Amino acid sequence: MQKLMVNGVEHQLDVPDDMPLLWVLRDVMGLTGTKYGCGIAQCGVCTVHLDGHATRSCVLPVSAVAGRQVTTIESVGEQPVGQAVQKAWLEHEVVQCGYCQSGQIMSAVALLTEHPKASDEQIVDAMSGNLCRCATYTRIRAAIKSVSQA
Amino acid sequence: MSDNQSSPALLSRRGLLKGGAALSGLIISAYLPPMVSRSFAADVVKGANLGDGAEKGYGAFVRIDHTGAVTVISPKIEMGQGVQTGIAMMVAEELEVPLSQVTIAEAPPNAALYTDPLLTFQATGGSTSTRYTWEPLRKAGAGARMVLIQAAALRWNVAPSLCRAENGRVLGPNNQSAGYGELVDAAAALPLPTDIPLKPINTFKLLGKSAQRLDTPHKVNGTAKFTIDLQVPGMLIASTRTCPVSGGTLRNLKNEAAAKAIAGVRDVVRLDNAVAVTATNFWACQQALNALDIEWDMGPHAGLDSAKLDKSLFDASAGDGVFAHKAGDIASALKNASSRFEAIYEQPFLSHSPLEPMTCVAHVRADECELWVGCQAPGLAQMGAAKVCGLPVEKVVIHNQLIGGGFGRRLESDFIFQAVDIARKLSYPIKLIWSREEDMTHDRYRPHYVDRLNAALDKDLRPVGWEHRIAGASVVAAYLGGLPADGVDFDAVEVAKDPIYTLKDLQVRYIRHDPEVIPVSWWRGVGPLRSTYAVECFIDELAHNAKADPVNYRLGLMQSQPRAQAVLRKAAEITGWDKPLPAGSGRGVAVSAVFGSFVATIVELEKQGAKGLRIKRLVTVIDCGFANNPTSVASQMEGGTLFGLSAALFNEILIENGQVQQTNFHQYRQIRMSDAPPVEVHIVDSVESPGGVGETGAVPAAAALVNALYAATGVRERRLPLSRSGYFTV
Ligand code: FES
Ligand code: FES
Repeated sequence: MQKLMVNGVEHQLDVPDDMPLLWVLRDVMGLTGTKYGCGIAQCGVCTVHLDGHATRSCVLPVSAVAGRQVTTIESVGEQPVGQAVQKAWLEHEVVQCGYCQSGQIMSAVALLTEHPKASDEQIVDAMSGNLCRCATYTRIRAAIKSVSQA
Repeated sequence: MSDNQSSPALLSRRGLLKGGAALSGLIISAYLPPMVSRSFAADVVKGANLGDGAEKGYGAFVRIDHTGAVTVISPKIEMGQGVQTGIAMMVAEELEVPLSQVTIAEAPPNAALYTDPLLTFQATGGSTSTRYTWEPLRKAGAGARMVLIQAAALRWNVAPSLCRAENGRVLGPNNQSAGYGELVDAAAALPLPTDIPLKPINTFKLLGKSAQRLDTPHKVNGTAKFTIDLQVPGMLIASTRTCPVSGGTLRNLKNEAAAKAIAGVRDVVRLDNAVAVTATNFWACQQALNALDIEWDMGPHAGLDSAKLDKSLFDASAGDGVFAHKAGDIASALKNASSRFEAIYEQPFLSHSPLEPMTCVAHVRADECELWVGCQAPGLAQMGAAKVCGLPVEKVVIHNQLIGGGFGRRLESDFIFQAVDIARKLSYPIKLIWSREEDMTHDRYRPHYVDRLNAALDKDLRPVGWEHRIAGASVVAAYLGGLPADGVDFDAVEVAKDPIYTLKDLQVRYIRHDPEVIPVSWWRGVGPLRSTYAVECFIDELAHNAKADPVNYRLGLMQSQPRAQAVLRKAAEITGWDKPLPAGSGRGVAVSAVFGSFVATIVELEKQGAKGLRIKRLVTVIDCGFANNPTSVASQMEGGTLFGLSAALFNEILIENGQVQQTNFHQYRQIRMSDAPPVEVHIVDSVESPGGVGETGAVPAAAALVNALYAATGVRERRLPLSRSGYFTV
């Protein structure tokens, strides 16, 4: 039995210790907003927040999150920064296919929560672990800047 | 949005075949290449009857219900290119409804209705979507508006010319007003107007102005459902291990009991060339596949490697192949030239690697096969799936889905057939998800190409003409099952046989050389991308050979191409092309005229240390004719440019023992935010017919990069990717 706090709600789940959080979220809990892209922490589409920090859930055993707060794309919009980022994403029409964007947004929200006035360098540092095969980086940058300068 | 369960009803031919077909010839002649005999454009106008029941429609494309809500049936799948919003805008513009009143439904497979005349089958690819929908979809909207106005005029007993449509309503001369929903029944009974005029561009309210995409709000909050996110009742997850060598088979399988003992695992399924496991979750599938002891018969190609493949292609490229194009007399031109210039360019095998790996939900029952899958060619998927499960084609139902990146990969249906092959052996539906490793090592790759160019130069070192030999696997043959009688892969030689430069003598030879082991397919930018790389590097080399400025040299040779000249001039102006850069920095340019659009891209980079490259600036100018939704055009150019650079910098699929060596993104690196600055896009103002944009941005990127490298360092690299020669980004 694993005890999990996901999006503010406690869950008791019968899953193996070493099962990555990603698959617990997607296939056990049905929270499919968090995506699978590589499984080896290379692409960032599986990014969630663990106690507010951006983390790749594909390589995180579920046992490691016991007692910690997991936040996914499904609830990040309840935070003011999350809401601002989602709005900026739409205003800048960032999205192309959209598959990577849950992860991008989770990374951006973690960045802007820690550094509300993130510099260009901090933006590149925080976002370069998130691949976008449609290469929407130009607009991701612009959208983050619009929030950090607001 | 992707639920099209109700679509078959809408497509009942009853309504479609009534109505006048008088216009169909007109539309067809405007759109079809001569070899195509039918098109869904014809059916737009045949579908004058608005259908039956609660769902009223205008032919195959537009439905209006009793509340006035408008559904546009999109023959094109959304892969991030914004095409469905563009199509909705075309209909909304002519129908006089706000965009917010429109929703999109995916078209089911139906060749008679949804064949793209530019592609000759129902598919999304080749940057044809906007080009081909531009007239028929606006006509669908305009025709619907006309019969709605007519219905209102009859009701009020006034002349239709005194009524107008606005905001989803028809307004009459004496302040009468009726919503479309109230009018659909009456409108449905009216005959189709024989002449459907379209709104002049200067009266557009929606088209030409940036609109927010209809599909994006769900994509920023995690609620958008891609195939990988679907859940159908009773479904289990499936994953496969496929024989690592193409053409190999499954010989033996042991340890099944251990695999099945893993929590959540249900079945182990043997296929001819693969093993599948089903389980309650993807992780358990992977654990079980790892636990299995699989013995492969690697088949006849297990000894192949990249060195052998490279050599055989390189040797073949010196051969004569077949003529793809012949103008003037290049042999005499070369003989009489005051000098000659030769170069050989190479482009590697490439994987598509969309971030959503290949995924398909399949349920095969005794009498029906139901598929939920994001695919670019649903008609072909349907036909092939029928074969695999032994059911008639009409018993295969495809629910097309949002696509998490296509780039050509989902024009192929191999993974769909594998899902059907597994599901037909099981009593429950499955969601087949390929691991990234399966996805990368079992792709259908962009072919490896060798281009040899040999130019005859005049005394001013300008080309009189050149010979261009193109050698590589034929994607056309792989996809369509053969080549036309002339033996030419018409895709591979595009651009090469019709360059923007005026050449008196031009000869293009095509040398087909299919690798033994590597399946090949379409890759974003297709033939024009590969040929543009060779031609734009070559012209740059010729310019430097002539000690001429690469922009001016090009301009002097493209007198018959005013739109190409204009984008090149504009890009040069924006970047300050004339202002010199410090030593170690340089600018490179490339121009393309493909998919009905004209692009000039300039890369500015700085060399750091021996092989470090810092990309400092990226500028791209596009003339795509009338830009329906300018923000989407810009977005495609930004992404396309970086997509092209990503491959040119880093990507190459290599083979060892018949097996693809790149298994995941640590070995097949993609461009990241830290690798490149923002892309600056300039869109030329134009009222010409819209050109394609989905692939256009990627086309000139590689040549511009390589030309910039030369400008910065004096080193001419001709073989991609640059990482092969030790370059890296800083
Ligand atoms: S799926 Fe986790 S980083 Fe790629
Ligand atoms: S939007 Fe397609 S992968 Fe990022």
